[in-house]
Amino acid sequence: MALSTSSNFAKPDDAFRAVVEAHRGLSEAQSADLDAALVLILANHIGDLAVLQEAIALAKRRMLDASQQAQQQQ
Amino acid sequence: MTQQSKTLFGYRRHADQDRTGTEAARYPVVVVGAGPVGLSLSIDLAQRGQSVVLLDDADRIGEGSRAICFSKRSLEYWDRLGIGQRMVDKGVVWSVGRIFHGASQLYQFNLLPEQGHKRPAFINLQQFYAEAYLVDRVREFSAIDLRWRNRVSGLEPHNDHVVLTIDTPDGLYRIGAQYVVACDGARSSLRQMVGAEFSGKVFEDQFLIADVRMTAEFPTERWFWFDPPFHAGRSALLHRQPDDIWRIDLQLNPDADPTVEKLPENVRPRIARMLGHDKFDFEWISLYKFQCRRMDKFIHGRVLFAGDAAHQVSPFGARGANSGLEDAENLAWKLDRALRRASPQALLESYHAERSAAADENIRESTRSTDFMAPTSRQEARLREAVLSLAKETEFGKRMINGGRLSVPSTYDSPLSTADCDSWRGGPRPGVSMPDAPLAARAGEAAFLTDAFIQAGARFTLLAFANGAAVEVPDGVGVVRIGGDDGYLDPEGLAGARYDAEPGTAYLLRPDGYIAARFRRPTRQALDAALARASGQIRGV
Repeated sequence: MALSTSSNFAKPDDAFRAVVEAHRGLSEAQSADLDAALVLILANHIGDLAVLQEAIALAKRRMLDASQQAQQQQ
Repeated sequence: MTQQSKTLFGYRRHADQDRTGTEAARYPVVVVGAGPVGLSLSIDLAQRGQSVVLLDDADRIGEGSRAICFSKRSLEYWDRLGIGQRMVDKGVVWSVGRIFHGASQLYQFNLLPEQGHKRPAFINLQQFYAEAYLVDRVREFSAIDLRWRNRVSGLEPHNDHVVLTIDTPDGLYRIGAQYVVACDGARSSLRQMVGAEFSGKVFEDQFLIADVRMTAEFPTERWFWFDPPFHAGRSALLHRQPDDIWRIDLQLNPDADPTVEKLPENVRPRIARMLGHDKFDFEWISLYKFQCRRMDKFIHGRVLFAGDAAHQVSPFGARGANSGLEDAENLAWKLDRALRRASPQALLESYHAERSAAADENIRESTRSTDFMAPTSRQEARLREAVLSLAKETEFGKRMINGGRLSVPSTYDSPLSTADCDSWRGGPRPGVSMPDAPLAARAGEAAFLTDAFIQAGARFTLLAFANGAAVEVPDGVGVVRIGGDDGYLDPEGLAGARYDAEPGTAYLLRPDGYIAARFRRPTRQALDAALARASGQIRGV
């Protein structure tokens, strides 16, 4: 099974909102704690190392793109 | 400190020391280092009919408990060397581990949940006992020439032999050997003499080991704490050893000063907080940092490396001494065949292939454990905390906690294995260490499959589940037959179940008890081919 990047939620705004609201009122450190737990819970739910690695690669690629853009702007 | 070296051995001058120059004595195999690995390897070689010179630079068995956890696989090996029962009789048997976070238990595991194995998952036994028993066993073999205070100071490789220069209280002498096996530990001087690299990951965290003597009611289990109340923010481990000795491992801060931390007056209050009382005496205190690393090649010409000399791991997982013993059992039969010219030199190359892959696995597993115990960044610590807190209410969190994954035998992806041709629903595939099972002899007495393997000679052996006429096996191959008119009985059906057996099923076992090949209906031709491959006579696929 490959990582699905098509839109899977009927109401994507609700999903985004749910995550955002979970962080409301938290300090930076608390938010980071919440994210760490959330990542592990969701990773276990997926239960497929190849999919997890694809997701990690996608997330990292985005960071790489952002840092390349920042360098070009300097 | 009350504990002294348990045994002292005398240096004795050997006639070889009176020979000079080109007349140096020549031996088939010289083993360097009389630790658990060198001693076991020497016994194994002697049992296979080889003469061995075993050199050690000391005249005593090292002090301190050091390696304490010996695995089922190691005990099965020591059974083959005739010393397993003595180890088990003295050792403390355990299979249950508990993991605590703060004051509460998170998780409990059983390393050997099923019955029907001769040996337990682990025993705890001080390394000096293991070494003393092995030395006693060595003394029963006239073919093993154990020389104390013989330090190798020079190594000269030749095409068909190696010349060693040996330093003794009487000065230098030289001997030649067809093969030299270096079992001389993490600071191996032979490794330096062959100029081999030994690089890897260094861990900054320091750990303190204390052996304390006390009478306590703790159960015989492995207890591991993350962030315990008595040692905030760090980890701790408690293990029982024979003689009312308890091993305590405490993780210290990376910047802790070793000389200060090691002082009994500084260790005592920490341990008193852990145990809740002050009624104990110190036997041994040691402070260590560790590295995970291995040699690129375990074979340098005619010098072969085994145990800590070849690879080092962190102690979490009991993968040091146990993997060294697996090296010994892997090497002994191959070296024996090479010396007898029953197999080509190529068979020895499989020692490197199989055991370096096992070292990689052990390094990977123990590095992961260590990283989990001592996270190296704020975010790593955060993920670790998330796992520990999720473990309280989820099964997946419990399984993700890594307080040490304990040593199990490696599976070899090996050129010596014959790929499966038949269809199997279970059972050990080629490259897997043979699982034990209870059997009964015809006369009724109970036995185990591992015993039957020893009785068949611990050589290439066909484990055959009977189906009418017995299979004809090649010369020199032992047979363990289950069922039929003359075979062992399988009273609980566990041998059949563990080997996915049908009538006619047969496994070809290597002399180290690993599966070389398996067949639903073995033919003589298929057996010959598998045997040729497993003994290094066929290369490639």
